[in-house]
Amino acid sequence: MSDPVTALNGARAQGYVTVTEAPPIGMITLRCRGDVGPALAGLNLPLPGQRRIETGAGGGVAWMSPDEWLILIPRDRVGAVLAGLAGALQDVPHLAVDVSDARAVLWLEGDKVREVIAKAAPVDMAPGVFEPGEVRRTRAGQIAVAFWMVDARTVELVCFRSVARYAFDLFATLSQPGAEVGLFD
Amino acid sequence: MTTRLARGGRLIDRGAPLEFTFDGARLRGYQGDTLASALLANDRLLMGRSFKYHRPRGPVASGVEEPNALVNLGKGARAEPNCRATTTELFDGLAASSQNRWPSLDLDVGVVNDAMARFLPAGFYYKTFMFPRPFWKHLFEPVIRQSAGLGPAPKDRDADRYEQIHAVCDVLVAGGGVAGLTAALAAARSGARVMVLDQAPHWGGRAPVDGGEIDGKPVETWVNDALQALETLPNVVLRSRCMVAGVHDHGHVLAEERIADHSPGDGRPRRRLWRIRAGKVIAATGALERPLAFAGNDVPGVMLASAVRDYLVNWGVSPGDRTVIVTNNDDAYRTAIALRQAGLAVPAVLDARERAEGDLPQQARALGIRVETGKAIARVQGRKRVTGVQVCLQAGEGAVLEDIPCEAVAMSGGWSPVVHLWSHCGGKLLWDEAGAMFRPDPVHPPTGASGQPMVVCAGAAAGALRLGDCVTDAHLAAGGDGGAPAGAAPIEAPLAPVWVMPQGAPVAMRAKMWLDFQNDVKVSDIQLAAREGFTSVEHAKRYTTLGMATDQGKLSNINGLAVLSQALDEGVPQVGTTTFRPPYTPVAFGTLAGEARGPLFQPLRRTPMHDWHEGRGAHWEPVGLWRRPLAYPAPGESVEQATRREVLAVRQGAALLDASTLGKIVVKGPDAGRFLDMLYSNLMSTLAVGRCRYGLMLNEQGFVIDDGVVARLSEDTFLCHTTSGGADRIHAWMEDWLQCEWPDWQVFTANLTEHYGQIAVAGPKARALLETLGGMDVSAQALPFMGWAEGQIGGVPVRVYRISFTGELSFELAAPAGQALDLWRQLMAAGEALGVVPHGTGALHVLRAEKGFVIVGDETDGTVTPQDLNMGWAVSKTKADFIGKRGLERPALTDPDRWRLVGLETLDGSVLPEGAHAVADGVNANGQRKVQGRVTSTYHSPTLGRGIALGLVRRGPERLGEVLEFPTIGGALVKARIVDPVRYDKEGARQNV
Repeated sequence: MSDPVTALNGARAQGYVTVTEAPPIGMITLRCRGDVGPALAGLNLPLPGQRRIETGAGGGVAWMSPDEWLILIPRDRVGAVLAGLAGALQDVPHLAVDVSDARAVLWLEGDKVREVIAKAAPVDMAPGVFEPGEVRRTRAGQIAVAFWMVDARTVELVCFRSVARYAFDLFATLSQPGAEVGLFD
Repeated sequence: MTTRLARGGRLIDRGAPLEFTFDGARLRGYQGDTLASALLANDRLLMGRSFKYHRPRGPVASGVEEPNALVNLGKGARAEPNCRATTTELFDGLAASSQNRWPSLDLDVGVVNDAMARFLPAGFYYKTFMFPRPFWKHLFEPVIRQSAGLGPAPKDRDADRYEQIHAVCDVLVAGGGVAGLTAALAAARSGARVMVLDQAPHWGGRAPVDGGEIDGKPVETWVNDALQALETLPNVVLRSRCMVAGVHDHGHVLAEERIADHSPGDGRPRRRLWRIRAGKVIAATGALERPLAFAGNDVPGVMLASAVRDYLVNWGVSPGDRTVIVTNNDDAYRTAIALRQAGLAVPAVLDARERAEGDLPQQARALGIRVETGKAIARVQGRKRVTGVQVCLQAGEGAVLEDIPCEAVAMSGGWSPVVHLWSHCGGKLLWDEAGAMFRPDPVHPPTGASGQPMVVCAGAAAGALRLGDCVTDAHLAAGGDGGAPAGAAPIEAPLAPVWVMPQGAPVAMRAKMWLDFQNDVKVSDIQLAAREGFTSVEHAKRYTTLGMATDQGKLSNINGLAVLSQALDEGVPQVGTTTFRPPYTPVAFGTLAGEARGPLFQPLRRTPMHDWHEGRGAHWEPVGLWRRPLAYPAPGESVEQATRREVLAVRQGAALLDASTLGKIVVKGPDAGRFLDMLYSNLMSTLAVGRCRYGLMLNEQGFVIDDGVVARLSEDTFLCHTTSGGADRIHAWMEDWLQCEWPDWQVFTANLTEHYGQIAVAGPKARALLETLGGMDVSAQALPFMGWAEGQIGGVPVRVYRISFTGELSFELAAPAGQALDLWRQLMAAGEALGVVPHGTGALHVLRAEKGFVIVGDETDGTVTPQDLNMGWAVSKTKADFIGKRGLERPALTDPDRWRLVGLETLDGSVLPEGAHAVADGVNANGQRKVQGRVTSTYHSPTLGRGIALGLVRRGPERLGEVLEFPTIGGALVKARIVDPVRYDKEGARQNV
């Protein structure tokens, strides 16, 4: 059994914001029009509201659309959570599928992380508007992304695996020293 | 001569001298200078040549409206043409050169055009170079372009970087003058999120030059206090050097920030595009002074009165010892007073009005300045610089009363509010008779998404030109509570609209009165256009090129409109204005591109095996944003040779293909089968779990849009493979139908394309290769053709599909993307003994063409039906409905004369040219040769040892054996016989073993 490799082998770029590829994590796309709250609760997973991301004992859940959630869990829990969802939702039409390998995850860290995101994504990154707990599914440069804040100076960003290099190069370029804006200072 | 005064200059730092060059000459200026002010300080009045007549030109303005002082800046990778010297900040080492002159600025051969000016009126080119028609493209235009034109386009790759940023605010204030700062304070105190942008490097606009008091303080002091107050507010963002370029729908505002124009190479991005969502835009963009139209108003040394004042007060530059003022208003007297207070001579103020009794004229008289009312300039004397003016009566026809020697002329024809941002999204204007200006019509504002006004003009931009009115208006425009700041300034008398000076000027004078200085449009040209029937302002503009220069009519469009209205004997509002379009001043292409250049120009999609392919020397084929290996040439091998080798490797042994780019969409739910029956032309709901089926997708018109293999994973789950380029489009297509048409169906989709790396193992030895690695039973019994199974191969979890696009025994292995490269490597290593090689899409195309398999996008072009492809078998006769069913029934699509898929074999074994057409007898209505078919795919087949092709031919399958003629580009005819498209293993025995 081989270990999964990420798209960029943990690449890292040091600008005025640090860009790092995160190690492998488990991701499940859940789509359902019924009430998934109890099924998630049974797996110690929260049910976030619109444009929210929440973390429970079992992992994190991000709202993706009115009938779609992204479940974030340790890689080795994917099989168990899929089985748990299948059991809990067996009478409710739904789709739960492993997408761990379809994505790349970047961590952006730095005091000015908000403005670096704002350079790429058409999102209001102002403090008080976008805070930990919020999630945005939008674009960065020319690719689709979703992101949320882990803390006041860290953003976790998910994109498709095939464009991981573009996403990494994009944020590494936008956070080159000298390009500081000071928009949210 | 123009020179630097010993004292004065509020924006320059005399302790910080800078060196720069102009046309190679080393010159000195100060920190805070613009290139124009520094050139003037060095007596470099001549800064450019006009576009058409190559007339010598100096600056006429001091800001963004400048039409003359355009220069080339920088060299090589930092060269930029057409930079306005008046807005270019001076920096140490700046290198500028003049434009549109040869051999030098001072001695320009092109000036011969000026001597010919009376033969070069408006519309000259249109009238003269019409016939014979081909001469325009090959003779006239190249010669004209050589002699006209401004700076040359840069040739090197731009050395700088650019970026963009998104911002959101409640109130965006465009302009940081006294009106903008007043509005910003009022808005910020209400708690709104406010952004204040100003195009200049300094705040306060032009009020500190014009003087007056606000709240009892000198304007400059008040500006500094206001700035300090705004800087302490957490809800305010201030950006200088940031020009609001345009207001777009729904409050989307674009602004260009000049970050490092004045510090090139310091590591910062050169410019930044701000993309702002503003709840409300306050356009505090001020007003621009208008020139007066008198003969010789373009001679270097004739400037706007405000510009003379700016150079004097801001940069300590004297326009010359003696400056004559010519005006139709009180404001220009400020220049007279400022010059006199600086110790310079003002021989006369020529005021076109009959009376001049306002505060400012009286103040000028008190300083001993001679004021002549009812007077005008008949002619400016001098060629490369002003030597004097001839005075006449404004009411007369230009008889000279007096010669006044002078070095400069300061002119003022009144002020035009800068209404651009108001107008970009449809705000209407009204003609203000008293001010002789267009100003925003408050009743017809541009409206936002909610239907509410989204732009409001404030201060001078709204027509409130006097200091007191200006700040009051700005305070109200921002919805300010309480009292507005109180501005105090001298009381000014009304202006008199003067569009031509003197009013009875004969044609010889009118032909020397410039309106558009850069494009050499004169009063006589506009009048000619009116006589020749160009009565619409938009037509007159294009006929004469009025307002089409790089200043976009900021300086004198209104003068041109007024002249046109007089020539048409209509009112100015009846003639109207041309359209105000973004950007306000030119925005660099680099700014608009932002970071999207080089590796970031476009996202490149990479499969898990991308780096392996690269290491193997793959020759790439772009497929959508993916790169797929076309072939893997060995050292010394051409792409064609490699493709041949790879084809034979599949036919004779086994080879690997990276098929990761194929779309993989999972469709699940109780209604999934029903849904796929609608989406595919054939039946999918009957597919057994564990089996695969090929399917075609049509659009509503009945044309093929995608194809691929569907696998049924469980009772309610299907996996749909799409073409490589089609995954995102087909996923969106599915969601569109589910969300908009059948929202009650219980179906969910997910695009899993990138979750899997997919490897096709094809060839007679494919099974042996998989068995070498082991892990699951891939025998024909356990995994028959068109079946799938899950297991492990080489320790990697896989789903294996027995599907074949090559016609050989073939397995497609889908592994999690993070383990796909490992599996690929294991297969390559294990295959070494079997002679396994990787193969690219080039070989795949040949292999499938030998089998007669179509590719969507090659054999189809959006107008091809399944029946055209002889795939009527894939169109269900039993289904009640599917997308495209009714479209297919239209007469044009059931016409037996349609072009249908056949194979083509050249009689001489050669390869048919790509896209070649088969000719028929006769010509069509356009005189073109009739055609009866075309080549859709064409290759050399190493298996068959000859050229093979697929094509669409009228009634093709009914005409097997016929020979068609294909003309080639060289003119030769290639003959090809219509054959069965399936050239290899017609029974399909090789794939089903």
